[in-house]
Amino acid sequence: MFIAQRILSSLLVIAGSLVLVFAILYVLPGDPTDNMIDPSVATAEQIASLKQQLGVDQPFYIQFTRYINDMVRGDFGSSLLNSEPVLDKILEHFPATLALTAASALVSVTIGLVLGVLSAIHRNGPIDFIARLVGLFGISMPTFWSGILLIVLFSLQLGWFPAMGSDGWKTIVLPALTLGIVGAGFIVRMVRSSMLDIIDEHFMLTLRSKGLSERAVMYKHALRNALIPAVTMIGMLIGEMLAGTVVIETVFSRQGIGRIIGDALMAKDLPVVQGVIFFTAVIYVLVNLLVDLSYSVIDPRVRRSA
Amino acid sequence: MREAATASTIRYKRSGRRFAAIRFKQVTANNLFLLAAAVIILFIAACAVVPSFIAPYSPTEMLTDSIMQPPSAAHPFGTDYFGRDIFSVVVYGSRDSLFIGFASVLVGGLAGGAIGALSGYAGGWIDAVLMRFNDILMTIPGILLALAIAGALGKSLFNIVLAVAVASIPGYARIMRSQIMSIKGRTFILASQAAGASPLHIFWKHVLPNSLSPLLVMATIGIGTSILTGSGLSFLGLGVLKEVPDWGTLLSQGRGYLTVAWWICTFPGLAITMFVLSVNMIGDRLRDQLDPKKSAR
Repeated sequence: MFIAQRILSSLLVIAGSLVLVFAILYVLPGDPTDNMIDPSVATAEQIASLKQQLGVDQPFYIQFTRYINDMVRGDFGSSLLNSEPVLDKILEHFPATLALTAASALVSVTIGLVLGVLSAIHRNGPIDFIARLVGLFGISMPTFWSGILLIVLFSLQLGWFPAMGSDGWKTIVLPALTLGIVGAGFIVRMVRSSMLDIIDEHFMLTLRSKGLSERAVMYKHALRNALIPAVTMIGMLIGEMLAGTVVIETVFSRQGIGRIIGDALMAKDLPVVQGVIFFTAVIYVLVNLLVDLSYSVIDPRVRRSA
Repeated sequence: MREAATASTIRYKRSGRRFAAIRFKQVTANNLFLLAAAVIILFIAACAVVPSFIAPYSPTEMLTDSIMQPPSAAHPFGTDYFGRDIFSVVVYGSRDSLFIGFASVLVGGLAGGAIGALSGYAGGWIDAVLMRFNDILMTIPGILLALAIAGALGKSLFNIVLAVAVASIPGYARIMRSQIMSIKGRTFILASQAAGASPLHIFWKHVLPNSLSPLLVMATIGIGTSILTGSGLSFLGLGVLKEVPDWGTLLSQGRGYLTVAWWICTFPGLAITMFVLSVNMIGDRLRDQLDPKKSAR
């Protein structure tokens, strides 16, 4: 029942974001023809015919129903620049972005969990200090800056990793590190604070008085309870990371859907912008659905209450 | 009353002298960091308000005899391709960067706070509609939403503020709604209702004042987030092209000279990081103050 309910509400939200994406770009001033032809050269008839061809001369409800109709059937339209189908373009470049997002998530979760747990256990010690520093810097540094610093250090000075491109595993290290540090910052702070909350709970005292070893108390009971908010956060972070690739793929000159949307925005290629945003929203909703479903594995209370 | 408090403090100190000493050291170290954060924020704010008192050069002055100079005593942040003193450009650039940060928090916080307050206080179908809308807005990650809005509206400072503000609305709305709902259920509200106060009176006099703190804390941290998003938009080329670039634009311009002049990119980014870091530290402390359980950490 819980699962069915969650899937249904996810579908509703996806439908809503479909409408929202259309609305944002429809209500905004200007239409795509503004950038496609120069009014000083083209005649009024040429402009009118192009508008007709693109369907932008139609009233709102006709444009809207046509758009919904196409999107539902998986037709995201085609690029205004080179008529390439938007969905093909997205699917072609998505694997590179997915690889980057996955690698960044791995960096975030590893650094975040390890530092977060150790800092809570050794509260106010040197590890805690380092963890708090990582947390604070992670959430405060702009990625386009930390990425550039990594390029200067590891590409230009040391020559360990290439500064740009998307071929081979070496090109993914610096971008994944850049994006991963942000996520690590959020996760360290979250895990540390929820571990500290749990450590103060009375049931920890009960566990110790039962004679459980400190290791079992911390890793089996405290960590498991502290993981619940962390998992929620990881779900949200994956969406943010997917979006963060817009900046990262530009900094490291990588191929990917982030780069596509950046370029499309510059060129006012609206179908591509719409397509990428909607695609990202769908993935974001799916990831969060998975996260919600995974609660029932981590936390039995969720299973029972639903 | 006062004497009793002093007596209990002394007793506390005696019984746990060692504990108190550690705590004291901890607290002072934390306060030193907080003080540093406050000084950084004040200094950068001063840069934005009176840049001409702080910057040694004009941000548009091209020193033709010192082009692409690395950091030195004369030019602490070095000079760029035009021979501009980077330190002076960063000082003047703080104005637009900070404006984006503060203005978008003001707009987004007010709009999000109003939506959340209405949703939480009214309840029923209003709440259902507003929160579904909020859920939908949340499915599009902040930077993408801001990027789409700013990209479609065109390059202007106001449009960046608007884009960053809209992207931040869902977060504010959610926190305001949950706070209003928890206050609404408290006994003193029931007492006020029993005394015959109108719903509007109860909202303005009792619910709203008691619900503002979490929103204010979130807005503090939001200043940092907004500056990050705003400078990200500038970096991607959606910023305003002016004689004096904001930090994101300056950094983006410096990228082309990365192999020969690392300092052009490094210092504007450092300015962003130091400001956001300081704001986050103050925000963390404010949040801990609200949560007595955490204040001892």
